[in-house]
Amino acid sequence: MIDAEFLINTLSLGSLYALLALGLVFVYGILKLVNFAYGEYIMVAGYGLFLLGSYTALPLWVIMILSVLLAAAVSYLTEIVAFRPVRTKSLTAMLITSFAISVLLQNAALLFVSPRSRAVRLPAAFSQSITVLGVTTPLRNVLTIVTAIVLLAGLTVLMKYTVLGIAMRAAADKFTTTRLMGVPANLVISVAFIISGFLAGVVAMFWIGRSSSVDPLIGFAPLLIAFIATVIGGMHSLAGAVAGGFVYGLLFNMLSILLPASVISYRDAFMFVIVILFLLLRPEGLIKGSYTEERVG
Amino acid sequence: MLSVKDLHASYGSIKALHGIDLEVNEGELVALLGTNGAGKSTTLKAISGVLRPVVGSVRFADEEIANKKPEAIVKKGISLVPEGREIFTSLTVAENLRLGAFSSYQRSRYQKDLEEMFALFPILEERLNQPGGQLSGGEQQQLAIARALMSHPKLIMLDEPSLGLSPALVDQIFELVSALRDRGSTVLLVEQNAERALKIADRAYVLKNGRIKFSGSPQQLESELDLASVYFGGEEGKGEVTV
Repeated sequence: MIDAEFLINTLSLGSLYALLALGLVFVYGILKLVNFAYGEYIMVAGYGLFLLGSYTALPLWVIMILSVLLAAAVSYLTEIVAFRPVRTKSLTAMLITSFAISVLLQNAALLFVSPRSRAVRLPAAFSQSITVLGVTTPLRNVLTIVTAIVLLAGLTVLMKYTVLGIAMRAAADKFTTTRLMGVPANLVISVAFIISGFLAGVVAMFWIGRSSSVDPLIGFAPLLIAFIATVIGGMHSLAGAVAGGFVYGLLFNMLSILLPASVISYRDAFMFVIVILFLLLRPEGLIKGSYTEERVG
Repeated sequence: MLSVKDLHASYGSIKALHGIDLEVNEGELVALLGTNGAGKSTTLKAISGVLRPVVGSVRFADEEIANKKPEAIVKKGISLVPEGREIFTSLTVAENLRLGAFSSYQRSRYQKDLEEMFALFPILEERLNQPGGQLSGGEQQQLAIARALMSHPKLIMLDEPSLGLSPALVDQIFELVSALRDRGSTVLLVEQNAERALKIADRAYVLKNGRIKFSGSPQQLESELDLASVYFGGEEGKGEVTV
C-alpha cells in the first residue's frame, strides 16, 4: 500500500492542507478568532486569476503573484475595515463579523462576476506531468511540496529569528503583556492577517490548479479542511496546524485506498467520524501548544 | 515626574478607583499599599494604559498620558512589571529580554544592556536559551524585572513582586528593588507586604476601597495610622500593628 505514488500524493495533499491550516491558526493564535471568511480569501485569489487573466496580457506567473498578493491585501483590508472596529467588543461579535465578510465576498462574486464557475488559466507547469521515483505524477504535486517546504522554512525563520516573529509569538501567548513591551497591537494583528491571506492565496493556486476554474463558493471546502486539520493538530500552536494538515492528508489518502468501492463516496463521513473521535479523545489536538486563551481587549 | 490627579476607573459597571491623587518624584521609591481589592493593581493598570478608559489626569514628564495605548506609554518611559510576572512562557529568556527592549531598541547598546542584566541577575545568563515557562517563580520574577529594565524606563512600576515567593526570595526581591532606586531609577511599588515595603520606601500611599486613605513618610504612616486597620478593616487609631 505504501508505495512511492502514495507517498507523493500524501505529501502533496498534506503540504497543501498544512499551509491551509497554518493560515487559519495565524489569526486564531492571536485573536482567538476562527475566521470564517478565510475560505473567501482563496476565492478572491481565484477571481484575481480569472480577471487578470481575462482582461490583461500579463504573463501568467505575474498574474499568479498578483493574485496571491490580492488575497493578502483583501485579508488585511477585512482586518482594518471589519474586525478592528469590533475587536474590543466580544469574540461573538468578531465571529459574526467573519460570517458577514464571508457572505459579502461570496455575494460580490455572484453579483459582479457570475454564479457559474469561470475557467482560469495557469502556467503550463500546473498541467504537466513528471516522473519522480519511477512514478508519473502531476508536476503540480511536486510544486506543492516544494512550495510548502520553502514557505514553512521562511515562516520558521520569520517567527524564530526576527523581532516581529518573536513579538507575534509573544502576542499569541499574552497579548496585553506584549503591548506593555511596546509592541503595537495593530501591527501584530495586521501582520497575522496579511500572512493568513498570503497563505490562502498560495493555497488557492494549487487548489484551483486542480480544476482550473473558480466559482463563488469555492472557499467553503478549503475552510472546512483547514478547520478540521486544526482540530486534529491543535489550535494552539503553528506546529500543531502543520501536523494537523499532514495527518489530515494521510488519513484522507488512506481512506481512499482502504475503503471498499461501495462506500468510497462516504469518505467524508468517515473523515468526520475520525474528527469526532479526536474531539472526544484528544480535544486539545496532537500538539498541545502553549497559547493561552487570553482574548484581545 | 508622575502626577496622578482625581483618577477614576471602572471594570465595566464596577467602579474600582474613586479619584486617586498620587505623586512620584524623580529618584523616589514610592510604595502603594492596601488590601486585596483596594485598587492598587487597578491604579498601575490605569497608569500603564492597560485599563481604559479612565477619567482624570495622569501626567508624566509634563505630558498628559491618560487613555493613551499601553505601547505608547511604555515608549514615554513607564514600564510595568505586571502582577503574576506575566513571563512569555513559550519564549526563551533571551527572547523575553529582546521584547523588553522593543520600545527603545538600539543595536549599539543592546549587548551592553544584556550584560548589565546578567550582572544584576546572573541566573538569567545561565538560562538564556531556556523557555521562560521552565524557570522557577523567583527566576521568573527576576526575568520580569529585567525585561522591564531593558526598555530603560524612567519610571518602573512593580505590581506585587514578592507575591508567591519563598521568604528567602522575598528578601532578595526587596533588596533588588531597593538597589534599583540606589541606581537612580524611580520606582512605584505595589505591595501587600506593607512592613517590608515601608522599610525601603521613601514615601507611601495607602489605598482603601479605591480611595487614598493616607499619604506620607513610612515613619508617619507607622505612627499615625494603625496598619492593621488598613489591612483588616478595623477601627482606625493607634493599636497593635500586626502586619
